[in-house]
Amino acid sequence: MEVSTGRDWVALSDEPLVPDALSSWAVRPDCGAVVTFSGTARNSSSVPHEILALEYETSTDLALGRMSQVVALARTRWPDLGAVVVHHRVVRVDVGESAVVVAVSAPHRDSAFLAARFCIDALKKTVPMWKREVWSGGAAWSEQCEDLVDPAQL
Amino acid sequence: MTQLILLGPAREAAGTGRDEVPGETVGEILDAAAERYGTEFARVLARSQVWVNSEPASRDSRVGPQDEVSVLPPVSGGCAEEPSVRSSIA
Repeated sequence: MEVSTGRDWVALSDEPLVPDALSSWAVRPDCGAVVTFSGTARNSSSVPHEILALEYETSTDLALGRMSQVVALARTRWPDLGAVVVHHRVVRVDVGESAVVVAVSAPHRDSAFLAARFCIDALKKTVPMWKREVWSGGAAWSEQCEDLVDPAQL
Repeated sequence: MTQLILLGPAREAAGTGRDEVPGETVGEILDAAAERYGTEFARVLARSQVWVNSEPASRDSRVGPQDEVSVLPPVSGGCAEEPSVRSSIA
């Protein structure tokens, strides 16, 4: 469940994500900056329960297509990027584990920070991904109130 | 027959993630699906986007047996609305 070009690595995984490994993959000899974002499952939400885990559900083809579009857009906006990694875990993610990792390298830090921020924000808005919050004795879909956005509108 | 793909809350409301539904347009397929799966699914459907293959589509888009029509409910994000509890793990 992945698309890799050597410079870009987009994937969905039902195995634990390892941010350090993905950050290392993004290192390039001509890049002096790697910015890595790890979005971790947290134990609180708007429901009055202690959240134990999140369960993510998607369509592999549709999600990988949108994730690849996000990376392509980042490369258009910051042409000097070295590597771009966007991985999302699916199925169950226990509290404290990474649900999503973005790692971006660039010759200088400004592009790396900006592109990494763009990628995680765009991912949230454009990729079809649904999240259930699981607690002891119950589960519910997370707040669903935002229509998916076409990446071309970002 | 066109494949209907139901995702997230739409899958849960329908009780299935994939089905074959008759119809020559997206609208015909969605109407048939709403009749097949009932009012809870129709409620989710009313808030959802519909894609044909990997692109957003309108109700009058024509589809054939090689196409996949996907129902994509809104995704999670910052919102004050309380989520509804639709199931429990006993």
